[in-house]
Amino acid sequence: MAEPLLDIRDLKTWFKTDDGMVRAVDGVSLHIDRGETLGVVGESGCGKTVTARSVLKLIDMPPGRFEAGQILWQGRDLIPLDETEMNKIRAREIAIIFQEPMTSLNPVYTVGDQIAEVIELHQKLSRKQAMVGAADMLKLVNIPNPQRRVHDYPHQFSGGMRQRVMIAMALSCQPKLLIADEPTTALDVTIQAQILELMQEMKERFGMAIMLITHAMGVVAETTQRVVVMYAGKVVEEASVEALFGDPRHPYTQGLIRSIPRVDRSAGRQARLESIPGSVPSLLDPPPGCRFASRCRYVMPACTQAIPPLKEVAPGHKVACIL
Amino acid sequence: MSRQYIIRKILIMIPSLLGISLVLFTILAMAPGDPFEELATNPAVPPEVRAALRAKFGLDDPVWTRYLHWLVAMIQGDWGFSFVSRMDVDKLILQRLPVTLIVIGSSQIIAMLVALPVGVLAATRPYSLFDQVANTLAFVGFSLPTFFTGLLFILVFSIQLDWLPFVYRANIDATGWQFYWEHIKQSIMPVMVLGLFQGASLVRFVRSSVLDVIKLDYVTTARSKGIGERKVITKHVVRNALIPVVTLVALQLPIVFGGAIVTEQIFRVPGIGSLLISSMLSNDTPVVMAVTFVIACLVVFFNLLADIIYGWLDPRISYR
Repeated sequence: MAEPLLDIRDLKTWFKTDDGMVRAVDGVSLHIDRGETLGVVGESGCGKTVTARSVLKLIDMPPGRFEAGQILWQGRDLIPLDETEMNKIRAREIAIIFQEPMTSLNPVYTVGDQIAEVIELHQKLSRKQAMVGAADMLKLVNIPNPQRRVHDYPHQFSGGMRQRVMIAMALSCQPKLLIADEPTTALDVTIQAQILELMQEMKERFGMAIMLITHAMGVVAETTQRVVVMYAGKVVEEASVEALFGDPRHPYTQGLIRSIPRVDRSAGRQARLESIPGSVPSLLDPPPGCRFASRCRYVMPACTQAIPPLKEVAPGHKVACIL
Repeated sequence: MSRQYIIRKILIMIPSLLGISLVLFTILAMAPGDPFEELATNPAVPPEVRAALRAKFGLDDPVWTRYLHWLVAMIQGDWGFSFVSRMDVDKLILQRLPVTLIVIGSSQIIAMLVALPVGVLAATRPYSLFDQVANTLAFVGFSLPTFFTGLLFILVFSIQLDWLPFVYRANIDATGWQFYWEHIKQSIMPVMVLGLFQGASLVRFVRSSVLDVIKLDYVTTARSKGIGERKVITKHVVRNALIPVVTLVALQLPIVFGGAIVTEQIFRVPGIGSLLISSMLSNDTPVVMAVTFVIACLVVFFNLLADIIYGWLDPRISYR
């Protein structure tokens, strides 16, 4: 098998706070192959975003710190690289878009200026050529009147349009990997579908890989090939999208899938949507053993003894559960 | 930035200046004492002459007619006549204004030159040694009033070290470079006292403003572009952080003028502040009125300037 594009091995990103060490990402391993879409799911605070930002080293240090692990980008570890080296990878090879399109663009510069800034730097073009490139990118992400809109400021765009601008900016240097950190969470449903469709279209056009971080299982089912489920800073299950929805092994994944609202089952008496009881444990000195134990319906004494390792139960399907 | 924005801002100046002048005029008219008090106690001046003089200058008219007279004359360029100095008020003010503007202007420039780099550097390395030292010095700086630091400076630099003159002289009998050098030498202390005081509070303000901006999402976006930390700070952080700073500088200007009046008294700077105080003491109402109005005009003008800078820094403002 070919070397994966991105291979995260046992990554631990911890944050030092006044109360102690918060283990936001505590031994995460995952990989992304060229051209594939990997979904990373989990509820708020499970470490999805920290994992994503760790890849581009966008974590404030201090208080953040890489405690252990490797982030292999095409075989080269990114963790020991300095800022100058990282800046050659950012945007040019790995680009990122964020959850909040309303605040992700600088309000005092035109969108064209902000896109052109990336093009100018990484493709070594003049400002004028970069502005032409920026207009082309806006056209590519289906923004009407791109020639005129490049001179507009972010506040003159709607939320969905701003996310298109962010995508245009991220793709302007044709990166090999796009990290999308909950790109549709802040948008309404019809716009969500448009943005996901646009990302799909761009992926086919540029042949890049996508790391799609989300907590919406529906989005995962529609757009990804492989899924990693995270819980409290750890990976609990990894499988192809078919295997995950068809045969979820980890009780947490099962809970997540059961809590997807379904129109066909909501009629009648069983109208109540299922949820997972309890809440995520504190990542400050977490208890030994499985972190899901306190909320798990199948919990047994062995669960609180040691952390169950991620083991392969079927080809490409890994679960961290002793069941 | 649209032209309408600037025109709108300029038009707003007119009613505010009219309002300010009306309030000033009314308060001064109600204040006890008038320039003819001296004549009243002088036995050589017969009461009829005094009454005739009062009538001639319109001092017994109701306040609103006197205000209208003043306003019409003011617009025509007649700023009144100083009873004490025996000269036209506009000439008197023009003699004094440049000194004040130079002192205040250079102290503001010094304050900015100190506060911007120090505040930004402190904010990018929060709780570092540099930040701690800058914060402590800033705290000391704005805790000490200007009349105290002024006297301290005189004590150290004029009396102990004998480097700088402590009385400001308007009539320096030198020419060429020597003339300018003497002027710079005697301006150093007043400019420094005012500038460091302003700069100290600005440092803390710039620091907190930069800290607010630096954790916003678009700064992370900028970092993810790989443009380098220096450009992230200078292009994406500082411009946004300056918006509240401009507001603060504009709002503080009346305080700066107040501080300048005190500083001018300490260093005997023959500026508009010392003119105001001496004319108040001698009941020279036309001069008091004109000086306070000129200060008000300057404050309004600098606020206009702040509005324009504000609109340039933040396009969202001028688009409304």
